[in-house]
Amino acid sequence: MQPFDPEWLDQEAGPVVRPYALTGGLTRPTGQRFDLLDMVGVVRRATQDKQQLAPEQAEVLERCQIPAPLIDLAADLDLPVGVIRILVSDLRERGLVAIHRAQPVGFGDLKILQEVVDGLRRI
Amino acid sequence: MAFDVSERDVGADSLTAIKILVAGGFGAGKTTLVGSVSEIKPLRTEETLSERSELVDSLHGVEQKSTTTVAMDFGRITIRKDLVVYLFGTPGQQRFWFMWDDLAYGALGAVVMADERRLADCFPSVDYFEAKGIPFVVAVNCFDGMRRHSLEAISQALNLTADVPVIACDARRRESSRDVLVALAQHAIARHHGRRAA
Repeated sequence: MQPFDPEWLDQEAGPVVRPYALTGGLTRPTGQRFDLLDMVGVVRRATQDKQQLAPEQAEVLERCQIPAPLIDLAADLDLPVGVIRILVSDLRERGLVAIHRAQPVGFGDLKILQEVVDGLRRI
Repeated sequence: MAFDVSERDVGADSLTAIKILVAGGFGAGKTTLVGSVSEIKPLRTEETLSERSELVDSLHGVEQKSTTTVAMDFGRITIRKDLVVYLFGTPGQQRFWFMWDDLAYGALGAVVMADERRLADCFPSVDYFEAKGIPFVVAVNCFDGMRRHSLEAISQALNLTADVPVIACDARRRESSRDVLVALAQHAIARHHGRRAA
């Protein structure tokens, strides 16, 4: 068999692994659907053996030691949102992470709105 | 399930996430605007949106829920460690209308990007945000630095109420895009006051 031709496998080639290979074959998340801004955090007393986790799931766990919005996990770990959803829902089923529903700030909170105005002006 | 945080965690409530939508027609500059203000390389992601019918969720194994995948731009601006603005560039086509509720949930407001040459492209977005009562501003992207119409004329053409800001911007420029977001937040504040006065 020919070795991989580097001409076809450079940075521009994009991912060479299909998304479902990262999710243990799962193609859709289980349980309640969550929002892109819902916070994902590790469950402190989780006892499950983390050795059984896929590397990407271990990364997710590491990243949400401090609770982080779902979309940040996707951005920071450079994985598609759909893949992150599945990894997180699987971790939740194993009792390793908990999902905290994002509370919409909306436009009702005047104090936060003013902080947003001031903060944006500084960037 | 209660949210169980360890001692060194600052807690899930410590981060306030602000959601701002960037809508508008194809090629109006949504991706450019998100890219020019985002602190991270904008994420071009695909999101599966579902028709808002929570009932269907309980019908186990019944695959009748209609979903579609749309491309989305995502950007982030950290204002403080615990206050972060998330930008979502969303497709403006009317056929995605009924699925926008997922994205619009809890949004502070929206920027509708307009291309003067194709103003009609932003009608669906304007209609949607008006119907939902979500504060929005219209940002007229001046690609070549020229404006063909006055902002007033554009406001009239879009049949906007007088309080909806229409701003000229150059989405390629960070300061210009930032000013659009500031105008939106200010508009949201004005709306807040308006409601209380009403």
